[in-house]
Amino acid sequence: MYQFNEEEQMILSMVDDICTDIIMPRAQEIDIQDEFPWDIHQVLAEQGIFSLCFAEEYGGAGVGLHCWLKMMEKIAAVSCAVSMMIANVSLGSAPVVLFGNEEQKQKVLPELASGEAQIAFGLTEPNAGSDIGGITTTAVKKGDKYVINGNKVFITSGSVSKYFSIFAKVIGEDGSRKLSCFLAEKDMPGLVIGRNEEKMGLHGSVTTQLFFENLEVPESAIIGQIGDGYKIVFQSLNKGRLNNGAQATGLVQAALKDATIYAKGRVQFGNPISEFQAIQFMIADMEIGLQTCHLMLDNAATLFEQKSPDLMKYASATKVVCSDMANKATADAVQIFGGYGYCKEYPVERYFRDSKIFPIFEGSNQIQRGIIAKAVYKEYNE
Amino acid sequence: MKIVVCAKQTFDTEAVIALTADGQVNATGITLIIDPYSEFAVEQAIQMKEKDGGEVIVLTIGNAGAQSAIRHALAMGADSGVLVDDPAIAGGDSLATALILAKALEKLNPDIILGGFKSSDIAGAQVLPRVSSILNLPNVNVATHLEWADGKAQVTRELDDGVEIIEVALPAIIGAQQGLAEPRYPSVKGIMQSKKKPINTWTLADIGVDAGAVGAGAAKTKVVQYTLKEARKGGRIIEGEVPDVTKEVVQLTRTEAKVI
Ligand SMILES: Cc1cc2nc3c(=O)[nH]c(=O)nc-3n(C[C@H](O)[C@H](O)[C@H](O)COP(=O)(O)OP(=O)(O)OC[C@H]3O[C@@H](n4cnc5c(N)ncnc54)[C@H](O)[C@@H]3O)c2cc1C
Repeated sequence: MYQFNEEEQMILSMVDDICTDIIMPRAQEIDIQDEFPWDIHQVLAEQGIFSLCFAEEYGGAGVGLHCWLKMMEKIAAVSCAVSMMIANVSLGSAPVVLFGNEEQKQKVLPELASGEAQIAFGLTEPNAGSDIGGITTTAVKKGDKYVINGNKVFITSGSVSKYFSIFAKVIGEDGSRKLSCFLAEKDMPGLVIGRNEEKMGLHGSVTTQLFFENLEVPESAIIGQIGDGYKIVFQSLNKGRLNNGAQATGLVQAALKDATIYAKGRVQFGNPISEFQAIQFMIADMEIGLQTCHLMLDNAATLFEQKSPDLMKYASATKVVCSDMANKATADAVQIFGGYGYCKEYPVERYFRDSKIFPIFEGSNQIQRGIIAKAVYKEYNE
Repeated sequence: MKIVVCAKQTFDTEAVIALTADGQVNATGITLIIDPYSEFAVEQAIQMKEKDGGEVIVLTIGNAGAQSAIRHALAMGADSGVLVDDPAIAGGDSLATALILAKALEKLNPDIILGGFKSSDIAGAQVLPRVSSILNLPNVNVATHLEWADGKAQVTRELDDGVEIIEVALPAIIGAQQGLAEPRYPSVKGIMQSKKKPINTWTLADIGVDAGAVGAGAAKTKVVQYTLKEARKGGRIIEGEVPDVTKEVVQLTRTEAKVI
């Protein structure tokens, strides 16, 4: 397992403190109000949490991915709405970090690192979810500009972001359609921010529709090359999937802790319910799951740092295991709490609702399994 | 203004304290942190620096492990640290602690000295008054507010029934009570910068303290043993029908709890 150095340990200990002192006391309120928690965003910005995502030359802290993921796990264990706003800076900026030119990086990354601005990842469309080949947003060259038309759905932090990584198909003069990525800005005419969805969970994380009505972006807004779209999506999502896994692991941790404390205190048939084997097995399975999640995340993060060609398979597997585990652990936690777990008085009810997103987004777990199978088939090519 | 904060490292205030068989504190596995009262003083010092400029030096006695308490203060915004580390120090009492701090302070020659008025572990509240008598400096303790200007400080002290405002000429030694300044969380930037800030390690010889004047041999007091407070006993549940239970409870408040 990766050993955190002294600075990283100090950072994680500070994260523990702000989780306990600042985020935890707000978590239920954020869930009930379902509004983007700007107060918490400000605290995170002041503490430099967003800087953990970036290299030093762009105003970042220059820490490794392991520290970033552990921080996110800790924050997700108290509020997934809050961890989402952090994770999304990582996903939204991934196209720029991985494929952007120096000018784009200098323009965007320092603002993201300081928390001054946020960035959204605009991929999904009403008719293109799992199947991104179905994207119908188009970009057409007009002089030294590109004109973008189309719309996006489910864009995390869409209504609070200044920057947008937008995927669109560039229509060539020969009629070719090449998936490409553009860096757009909120105040560009033609970028219309739609409504925020009402969701089952992740209340407080905003999920937004975007409309592009003759949105004109300069040529300098192209991230990478025309036609790099798929490459950018897949590599960005490798990182996104680890963010997803880390947050899901935070939920496993939270479910395990809350269920254990409750089971030891709740007496039925003259015994704490923690004494019943049926409860013990659920708790033990959560612990087994938690250990598994930690190992998989640790390994995948190491492969990411090593720029391993095998990363995709491991990132997908990590995302599947952690997100499925979060669903099971939070469901079991509700079960252990009985009727009280079904009520909002205890946070396990929120954990359960929040957990359901993790097998769905950033490539559903069905899609992940497809990716894993393909990778395996390649390995056993006769 | 040159501000020196005397800061101590101590057990995590949330740690569960256990004793060894011979009645000493068992430190194994316990996380060490900067003492909360020292932390109030560090925060006050940083706020003074942020307002008027100057530098904040953190002074700590301890072994290499105590560097983490200094690092915490550096991450909050202090400029440098001094660690007095010498094998001869072990086993000393508050007299020796005060002597070492006084000698180190003489060498640092600050304009104002801050510290916790007591520590959260031993809570002897002896060190700063002793330092002040060695250095012949004014000392105001249990400070909850501090104003300073033109070589003078106005210190608000907490009393049982109110507050007292005292004026002292600087340099003076101010002992922080909770409320003096709410410690900030170190930011990521502060943490990353802290690794570039110097921590100087001084031996007793460096500050001109005779090894024989400190340590177990020179101690004028000796802790014989520690005993933990008795754990709170669990409540008793009286079961039965309400009228019977009520009767019994009233009875027990007289005979057992003896409250009426
Ligand atoms: C809260 C939230 C936040 C989001 N944030 C973002 C964001 O920031 N940016 C962004 O671009 N998108 C975002 N999304 C979109 C998300 O990534 C998609 O919802 C997800 O990729 C699934 O697409 P879909 O909803 O269209 O489902 P569909 O693709 O229609 O899938 C429906 C079901 O069919 C299954 N399925 C589909 N194809 C196959 C197949 N080939 N084999 C087997 N099963 C299949 C899926 O697994 C799923 O169970 C977000 C979504 C939500 C709910």
